[in-house]
Amino acid sequence: MQYNAWEGFISGDWMNEIDVANFIQRNYTPYSGDSSFLKPATQRTLKLWEQVKDLLWEEHNNNGVRSIDPHTVSSITSHKAGYINRDWEVIVGLQTDEPLKRAIMPNGGIRMVRSAADSYGYELDPEIDHIFTHYRKTHNQGVFDTYTQEIRNARTAGIITGLPDAYGRGRIIGDYRRIALYGTDFLINERIDILERLKYDVFTDELIRQREELTEQITSLQELKSMAELYGYNISYPARNAKEAVQFLYFGFLGSIKEQNGAAMSLGRVSTFLDIYIQRDLERGDIDEELAQELVDQLCIKLRMVRFLRTAEYNELYSGDPIWVTEAIGGMGLDLRTLVTKTSFRFLHTLANLGPAPEPNLTVLWSQSLPRAFKEFCARTSIATSSIQYESDDLMRPYWGDDYAIACCVSAMRVGKQMQFFGARVNLAKALLYAINGGVDELLGLQVAPNLKPITADILDFDELWERYDQVLEWLAKTYVNTMNIIHYMHDKYSYERLEFALHDLDIHRTMAFGIAGLSVVADSLSAVKYAKVRVIRNSQGLATDFIIKGEYPAFGNNDPQVDELAIQVQKSFMNKLIKHPTYRRSQPTMSILTITSNIVYGKKTGSTPDGRKVGEPFAPGANPMHQRDKRGALAAMTSVAKLPYRHALDGISFTFSIVPAGLGRDSDERVNNLCALLDGYFSSGGQHINVNVLERETLEDAMEHPEKYPQLTIRVSGYAVNFIKLTKEQQLDVINRTFHTVV
Amino acid sequence: MTISGYIHSIETFGTLDGPGLRYVIFMQGCPLRCSFCHNPDTWKMRFGKPKSADWLVEDIINYIPYFRSSGGGVTVSGGEPLLQAPFLTSLFARLKKLNIHTAVDTSGYAEVEKIRELMTLTDLVMLSVKHPEPVSHRIICDQSNERPLAFARYLLKIQMRVWIRYVIIPGVTNRTVDLENLAAMLRKMPNVERVELLPYNTMGIGKWKDLGLTYRLQDIPSPTGKEMEDAIGYLSKHLKGIKVI
Repeated sequence: MQYNAWEGFISGDWMNEIDVANFIQRNYTPYSGDSSFLKPATQRTLKLWEQVKDLLWEEHNNNGVRSIDPHTVSSITSHKAGYINRDWEVIVGLQTDEPLKRAIMPNGGIRMVRSAADSYGYELDPEIDHIFTHYRKTHNQGVFDTYTQEIRNARTAGIITGLPDAYGRGRIIGDYRRIALYGTDFLINERIDILERLKYDVFTDELIRQREELTEQITSLQELKSMAELYGYNISYPARNAKEAVQFLYFGFLGSIKEQNGAAMSLGRVSTFLDIYIQRDLERGDIDEELAQELVDQLCIKLRMVRFLRTAEYNELYSGDPIWVTEAIGGMGLDLRTLVTKTSFRFLHTLANLGPAPEPNLTVLWSQSLPRAFKEFCARTSIATSSIQYESDDLMRPYWGDDYAIACCVSAMRVGKQMQFFGARVNLAKALLYAINGGVDELLGLQVAPNLKPITADILDFDELWERYDQVLEWLAKTYVNTMNIIHYMHDKYSYERLEFALHDLDIHRTMAFGIAGLSVVADSLSAVKYAKVRVIRNSQGLATDFIIKGEYPAFGNNDPQVDELAIQVQKSFMNKLIKHPTYRRSQPTMSILTITSNIVYGKKTGSTPDGRKVGEPFAPGANPMHQRDKRGALAAMTSVAKLPYRHALDGISFTFSIVPAGLGRDSDERVNNLCALLDGYFSSGGQHINVNVLERETLEDAMEHPEKYPQLTIRVSGYAVNFIKLTKEQQLDVINRTFHTVV
Repeated sequence: MTISGYIHSIETFGTLDGPGLRYVIFMQGCPLRCSFCHNPDTWKMRFGKPKSADWLVEDIINYIPYFRSSGGGVTVSGGEPLLQAPFLTSLFARLKKLNIHTAVDTSGYAEVEKIRELMTLTDLVMLSVKHPEPVSHRIICDQSNERPLAFARYLLKIQMRVWIRYVIIPGVTNRTVDLENLAAMLRKMPNVERVELLPYNTMGIGKWKDLGLTYRLQDIPSPTGKEMEDAIGYLSKHLKGIKVI
């Protein structure tokens, strides 16, 4: 049976043990040609998409949620098979029995489920509520049973925020390709072998946990097999053709999203893997290019329909209903052959066939060595759709090899070999205010950090401020690590991602992904204190509420070493403080400079800062300079960001770039060339990530007034793409007001 | 001796001022007073910030990766950059040592004697023709077009690569007779590779007011898309082998 499925593939180690990368390397066909082979969507795909568009519009008009199933605890097998339209669906499988119906996943926390259902006018099934309140403890409960008062305060004040203590941590990428390549039987047997091989003398905590986890994983694979049976597929065996390969792989992903409401549920790096199957079918004459494209289009339709039930607070932080079904495309192999295949083109071509969309989060792994025609195709697609993000393969490959994918926005990890404990981020700008205010929160008046001596001078002194800041960061790093250790201990215990881990190797490299927000605010504030005069205005409580700046200071984003060095110092210093502390499961601490849309909420919860930013004003997203302070054009801003060292932020550094089409060049060829050159230049200067938006300001303004005209308008915001009309008004305005790089 | 240049501002991401991605230095000071100018704040030299060539080169080298990937380089614009030719000569000499492409965006209002050395260090001149006909030229920018014409002849003599820039002002520069004159002028310049037509815009009006100046083209609108297309069409037809955009 297996040999039948693998017929025509070049043999290798992958046949004896699970090694998808080896399979890819042996079998894929690099493609350096242009996009002229691509075909439009088939009739049935277009009909299906039309139907889905109606459903999406209905969802939009129904407060963003089409329906909820409040009676069924979601699991791999909880719902019967669901379809959109059986006549037109080539790839099948929905999270529940109906399209866009959201399921409940109370293992993360019952209160969140209750309040989310409530906010959309649904009542959570009282029996489920009762069970998960009284009999089955949740992750959220575990975490809050353990949190200290100090952590609770830090959380309330929002100096540590966005934590996955009330929602699924996500950012774990199952190697879904394994289902297609091996079938579940092979995978189950491998886990059973491991269980038998595991040596033990005395059962330690670690061994006990490992055995339990392995058994959970085996069960999940068996359940996945049953789920596929509901749709009439037998996935015990390897996929025999391209359609099965796409379908089996999708089933693996579907199983995961039926059970885990994770903050980001990436797909991984599947396009070149799938290309091998498509190529084989094309060569056999079983399919033609139209049918090949149809498989990819139909998979992407499914990926555009993934939905989770989330609370209003969550939406405020990460708005637009993001799932981060991130698919990493392209890159180069370690043997220097490009990993671009025709299916890399086919995935990007879905944006033309179906129109732009935020999901799947299409991420091109850019290398100087990518084939020119592919680069141009990416640039052209970016200019037309603003739906692609780019990350530097040349920078990441030395760290993560040539089979890594991106979790969420910017987090690279080897597929099936590595995971991360996601930790959102801390607000470094607020921490700076704590340094001035002796650890008292500037908005709550609450002693959050330990009682340090406040700064009492009228004019801030750089050395004094830096010393106090260092103390606050020391406290913050420790508190943050403690918080993360608790969260992930409890997540493993109460909401273990059994299917995703079933699709990993036994020995997983774990990172603990810390994050920072407000870096440009901090750098500018320190610069203002150092190079200008900053006078403190205090309230009756003695808290600094405002700052008056006399003179000019160099701002981050102008490629001025005076201030850029300060940003680097802050980044390194905080990273060095994090690594001092022991982490859960001996994970490797890493850090990201990423905010997603939360830069608005962080700004809202932060008092005026010494850089001149007023209370409540948004931060810049990710590692971006503060808007309108980058005075010397986009390349200066990009050079400042590219200087932030990746090795001290291995979880990624996000930069968002928006420009009007005319700003890229006079005609469409020039625009494509200039965008390619921009990416080549940025990445060869050390940049890691860039979102590219090519939009007219007027389009966005019109979309605010007339959302019905722009159901698919997509823009990229710090690490993800979002349907513009799904953003809150506030966020829409922030996007519009932020620098649109135009040329004088 | 190091000379300083008076600089209005720097744009690191120039996509419209020469080939590829350009580091554009807007020089301060201009002898012309073009009625459609959208940067009147660059007219007076004393408003500029003095910067040394070394300072600029130090900054420019950061962008070499972008020049390389795009076939770009450095463009000096303004204002009228040729007013500061000695400074530009010392800057370009350094840039040529680094193999960086150099371009000058000028009205051509310069004395040929003073720019000879600079031109040996310049890869491309973007010559802004205000008006092909002397009387209208004087009306538009208060100066005769003798110098720009002499400059253009000199560029031809030294076989300098030239891109022409020409602002389309409805009823002022886009009448058939204007375009005819322009085409006649350019046909005599085989060193011209490209003609860029720029739509007149009113974005500078605010700056005129801020500077206490009276804007003379008050009632003239920007050209329509059709007017631009017509001008491009006409010139493309009458200038074979030259790219008109």
